[in-house]
Amino acid sequence: MAMDKQTFEYAPAPESRAVVDIAPAYGLYIDGEFTDAADGKVFKTISPASEEVLSEVAQAGPEDVDRAVKAARKAFEKWSALPGSERAKYLFRIARILQERSRELAVLESLDNGKPIRESRDFDLPTAAAHFFYYAGWADKLQYAGFGPAPRPIGAAGQVIPWNFPLMMLAWKIAPALATGNTVVLKPAETTPLSALFFADICRQAGLPKGVVNILTGDGSTGAELVSHPGVDKVAFTGSTEVGKAIARAVAGTGKKLSLELGGKAANIVFDDAPVDQAVEGIVNGIFFNQGHVCCAGSRLLVQESVADEVLDSLKRRMSTLRVGDPLDKNTDIGAINSAEQLGRIRALTEAGEAEGADRWSPECELPSNGFWFRPTVFTGVTQAHRIAREEIFGPVLSVLTFRTPAEAVEKANNTPYGLSAGIWTEKGSRILWTADKLRAGVVWANTFNKFDPSSPFGGYKESGYGREGGRHGLEAYLATAAEPSNERSERESERDR
Amino acid sequence: MKQAERLNVYKTYKLFVGGKFPRSESGRVYEVTDSKGNWLANAPLSSRKDARDAVVAARKAFGGWSGTTAYNRGQILYRVAEMLEGRRDQFTAEVAAGEGLSKSKAAAQVDAAVDRWVWYAGWSDKVAQIAGSANPVAGPYFNLSVPEPTGVVAVLAPQESSFLGLVSVIAPVIVTGNTVVVLTSEKSPLPALSLGEVLATSDVPGGVVNILSGKVSEVAPHLAAHMDVNAIDLAGADAEESARLQVAAADNLKRVLRPSATDWTAEPGTDRLLAFLETKTVWHPIGV
Repeated sequence: MAMDKQTFEYAPAPESRAVVDIAPAYGLYIDGEFTDAADGKVFKTISPASEEVLSEVAQAGPEDVDRAVKAARKAFEKWSALPGSERAKYLFRIARILQERSRELAVLESLDNGKPIRESRDFDLPTAAAHFFYYAGWADKLQYAGFGPAPRPIGAAGQVIPWNFPLMMLAWKIAPALATGNTVVLKPAETTPLSALFFADICRQAGLPKGVVNILTGDGSTGAELVSHPGVDKVAFTGSTEVGKAIARAVAGTGKKLSLELGGKAANIVFDDAPVDQAVEGIVNGIFFNQGHVCCAGSRLLVQESVADEVLDSLKRRMSTLRVGDPLDKNTDIGAINSAEQLGRIRALTEAGEAEGADRWSPECELPSNGFWFRPTVFTGVTQAHRIAREEIFGPVLSVLTFRTPAEAVEKANNTPYGLSAGIWTEKGSRILWTADKLRAGVVWANTFNKFDPSSPFGGYKESGYGREGGRHGLEAYLATAAEPSNERSERESERDR
Repeated sequence: MKQAERLNVYKTYKLFVGGKFPRSESGRVYEVTDSKGNWLANAPLSSRKDARDAVVAARKAFGGWSGTTAYNRGQILYRVAEMLEGRRDQFTAEVAAGEGLSKSKAAAQVDAAVDRWVWYAGWSDKVAQIAGSANPVAGPYFNLSVPEPTGVVAVLAPQESSFLGLVSVIAPVIVTGNTVVVLTSEKSPLPALSLGEVLATSDVPGGVVNILSGKVSEVAPHLAAHMDVNAIDLAGADAEESARLQVAAADNLKRVLRPSATDWTAEPGTDRLLAFLETKTVWHPIGV
C-alpha cells in the first residue's frame, strides 16, 4: 500500500479469547432446559475467519418446534397476566446482565460471525443492551402508547433472525415481544447460533420464568416449521425478501400477525455542495460497516456528476487505509465474510458486475489464507440496469452511479423494489428536507449513515417489508389491535364459557 | 284529456377511473336488482384491463395527491361531505333499493356516511401528530418519525353495507394521501357508482379515487397480484377469498388489511387510517 510509506505499521492488537468459554456442544433451549433434538441431529458452527469448528449445536426438527411452541403457549398464560411493572424488571435485569457480560459476548459474536471486535464491542452489544433497557420501560406504560386504553399481547411469537447482527437482532425481536406480554420461540441463523444460546443462559441468570423465551437452533427448515406451526400467533422475520415473501404466503389466511424486515439497496446521495471528507466517511461507513452485511447498507452511491471525480479519488484513498483481517484484532475495520455460501454470492454478483461492463476497483491488501474474505470493492460506470445496481449483494461492494439534478437523484434512488433506507449529503437544509420527503424509504440518514437507536423506528417501504422495530412504533407489531385476535382474550373468553 | 304518465329517464351507471366515466372496456354489464329481484340497472362488469387502467390512474394521481398539504386534503374531503349532503335523497333511494331497507333506515345510513366523511376529513392534519414522533436517541442527532401514505391502495368494499361501509373504507385511505382503486359491493354497486359523480364535482383530483363494479372473484385477484399496488384492504372478501388474495398479495409484499366483522355504524377508530401509512424516520447530526 502506498500509504504504508507515510504511516507507521500497526502492531497486532488482538482481544483475548480467554474471556469466553464455548462448550463443545449445545442443545435446544426449551421450557427453561437445554435438551437434544428429538431426532438427535446436530450441525457444526464455525468461525468464518479461520474455518475452525467452534461448537456443535442441535438441529431442531418438527417435534422440537412443537415442544417449544407448546412451552411458549403455556408460559404465555402467566407471563401475560403479570403486572407490566414485574415484566419490566425482568427486562431491566436482562439489559444489565448483557452489559455485565458484554466483553464475553462481543468476543463470542466476533468469533461466530466474523465481524470486527471494534464493532461487536462498540455497537452490537451496547445496542442490544440498550434495546432491552428501552423496552423494559414500556412494559408498564403500554396504555399510554397510543394503541388503545388496554392493549393486549398477541400470544406466542415465532421469530426468525439473520446472521449479520445475531445478538442485536435477537434483542430487537425479544425485547418488545416480552415487554408487551408475549412469549417467544426464536430461531437464530444457522451460521451464528452461539450468542442466542448464551442469551438463554442470561435468561436463566435473570430468573425469567421457564418457557417465556425458547431458542431453537437449526437451518431454514426449522424456521419454515416454526412460522407455519399453528400454535404460533405472531411471526416476526428479518432476512431476505425472497424468504419474507414465502413467509407471507405461508401465514396467508391463518390470522397470524406478521412483521417483516427484509432486504435493501439503499441509495447514498452525495450532492455537489457536500463536505467531501465527511461524505467519504459516511460512504465508507455506509457500505463497509459489518462487511456490508447490512440490510440498510448504502450500496448504491449516487454522486452528483460535477464532484464525482473528486469524491471517488478521495473514497479510493480512504479505502486504501481500511484494514481487512482478524476480527478479534482491535484495529480491524473489515472482518470475515460470514460464510462460504455468502462469499460465493458476493463473488457471483461482482463477476456479473464486470461481465456487464462496470469498472471494478479494490485496494491492494493481503487476505488471510484460511476463512472467507472479500476485499472492499467499488464499481464505477454502473448503470441502473446492472445487476450490481439492482440486487442486494450483502457484502463490501459499492456501486457508483452519477446524477445531474436533484430530481434525477430521487428518481434513481427510488428506482428499486426495495425501500429500507437512504442517505443524503448536502450542506443545504432545504435540500435535505426536500430530498428526504421524496425518498420512498423507511430510514433516511442526512449527513450521517447507519445510525441506530432503540427509540428510533426502523423498517422499510415496499419490498423491504412491513412493520417497524424500535420506538413506540415497534410495540405495534406485538400488540393486538381492536380488529385482531389476541390469544389472551380468546383464552379468557373460553374460561368464562366453561 | 288524461295526460300520459311520464316515462323515467334511466341512468347509465358507469365506472369512475382517472376522473372520467368509462364503460367497462370489456363491453360487459351485469344486472343489478333490488332485494326483491326487480331490475334496477345494468352495472359495468369490470375486467382485468379495467383494473389495470384504474391502477395506472391511481399511480399517476399519487404524486400530486400525496404532495398536497394536509389542510388542503382536509378541505377537499369536507367538500365531498357537502356535495353528498345535497344528494341525500338520491343515495337514500339507492341504498334502500339495494339493501332492502326502509326509507328511514336507508336515510340513517346515508346520514352516517356523510358524517363519516366529515370525521375523516378532520384527520388529515392530525394523523401525523398521533402517528409520528420525535425520538430521543442517545447521541447528538435530530431524529423524527413521520407517517407517509403507502401509495396505491386496492380496496374491496364491504358486500353488505353498500354505502356507509364503502365510505368507511375509502375515506381513511385517501385522507392521508393514498390513492385508491375500489371494487364496489358486487350485489349493490349503485351507490358506489353514484359516489363517483359526487367525487368528480368535489375538487378531488382525477385518479385519486377509482371505482370499479364487478365480481370479486374476477377482479380482486388481479388487484391483489398487481405489482404497482402497495396495499390491499380485503374488507369485502370472504374467508376463502381472503386467504387466496393474501397469497397473491405477497408477490410484492403488499400491506394487507384482513377482513374482520365490523359494525359500520360504530365510531371507526384509527385502525383503517393507520393501516395504510409508512413510517419514515429521518436522522441529522446536531452540531455547530
